[in-house]
Amino acid sequence: MTDLIRLAWAIAAKDLRVEMRSRTAIVSAVFFAALVLAIFNFARAPGTVSQAMLAPSVLWVTFTFAAMLTFNRAFALERENAALDGLLVAPIPRGALFLGKYVANLGFVFTVEAVSFPLFVLFFNVSLGDALPSLLLVTGLATVGFVAVGTVFSAMVVRTRFADLLLPLLFLPFLVPPVIGAVQVTTRLLDGRPLSEVWGWLRLLAAYDVVFLTVCAMVFPAILDE
Amino acid sequence: MLRGIDLTVNPGELLIVAGPNGAGKTTLLRILAGLMRPTAGSIRVFGSDLRTDPLRRADVGLLSHQSLLYDDLTPRENLEFAARLYGLDHRSERAGEALAAVGLTDRARDPVRLLSRGMVQRVAIARALLHGPRVLLLDEPFTGLDVPSSRRVTEVLAAQLNAGTAMVLVSHNLPEAWTLASHVSVLVRGKWVIDEPRPADRDAFLARLHTALDD
Repeated sequence: MTDLIRLAWAIAAKDLRVEMRSRTAIVSAVFFAALVLAIFNFARAPGTVSQAMLAPSVLWVTFTFAAMLTFNRAFALERENAALDGLLVAPIPRGALFLGKYVANLGFVFTVEAVSFPLFVLFFNVSLGDALPSLLLVTGLATVGFVAVGTVFSAMVVRTRFADLLLPLLFLPFLVPPVIGAVQVTTRLLDGRPLSEVWGWLRLLAAYDVVFLTVCAMVFPAILDE
Repeated sequence: MLRGIDLTVNPGELLIVAGPNGAGKTTLLRILAGLMRPTAGSIRVFGSDLRTDPLRRADVGLLSHQSLLYDDLTPRENLEFAARLYGLDHRSERAGEALAAVGLTDRARDPVRLLSRGMVQRVAIARALLHGPRVLLLDEPFTGLDVPSSRRVTEVLAAQLNAGTAMVLVSHNLPEAWTLASHVSVLVRGKWVIDEPRPADRDAFLARLHTALDD
């Protein structure tokens, strides 16, 4: 177990270091998120839909689509110079590879969310009140699950010619449950409702996390086999 | 598709697999490395199947026709990362020694993307040798190397053979390491057309090879 974590951390640290050098995924994802938030804010006709009704959906569409940009990069990085082969011939369990890639993706997506969230508050003039800790909780719960799914699908499409096109087609259907749950919870929290009112949705998000983290960890080794 | 391939390489032996483009040489090497599953038959490295016994992958070093390196990292960082994957101690020292062996100490801190093709190939060779593999699989190891670098790599391979490493080297022509080989096989359309101990006369072998390719 210690070896698994040590190897996973080595892979995640390598991904983070490469990203720090190239800044390809983070910069494009943050720029994309800022653009989406700005477009939704300024393109909306005043008085047609209230900010409060629109804001949660915009927030989660922004988070998930920006995350997809980072997933595309996760294994594209390994395609350059066939670096993935270097990982596959090493004496490491495939589980360490999944965990390492997952942790790196989680780091990228949380970074994008941390930068996008203040922009969201600014553009949509959202009053957070006491809801910030609860919003962080739901963001964490939703992100943990869909990043696992995104990690597996990005590994699955990396050897195909149309990886950038295939990833959204495969990934988006699996986003429906966490996005619906996260939007429902965010709507109520921004409306000043207590956390106790959304326990059902939070349980759904937690169940999604447990199920998909387990399934993804189990299927990942088979995906990498030629 | 590979058919009827049967080969054994003992410690301290070098098998050269030659053949034209598309003959199946790289496929053979990927199967030997455990990267591809053969539809039939089996591969044993010191008695173990790499696909079912992942820890035995530490016995194998692979030099692919691509470098397996990360362009945004330096040669030293690439080797230290590989050392972590193989669970090696004293990673920094080992990376330094491996780079010194291929004559790249002075470029150790430049990103790989700034190195020439020949230098990248030398870093890739250092990566393949870093963990002291007992079996070395080499795909066109002399590609992009100038004459002094080819000579240096030949010396490195000779030292590995003397240390008892078993090697399989695939190439579309007969490479500089010809004199080190103990066995030569020629693959055409997935089948051996020549499979024999290395003859002393390289030119005579080349003539036979061209005849075999023409057939």
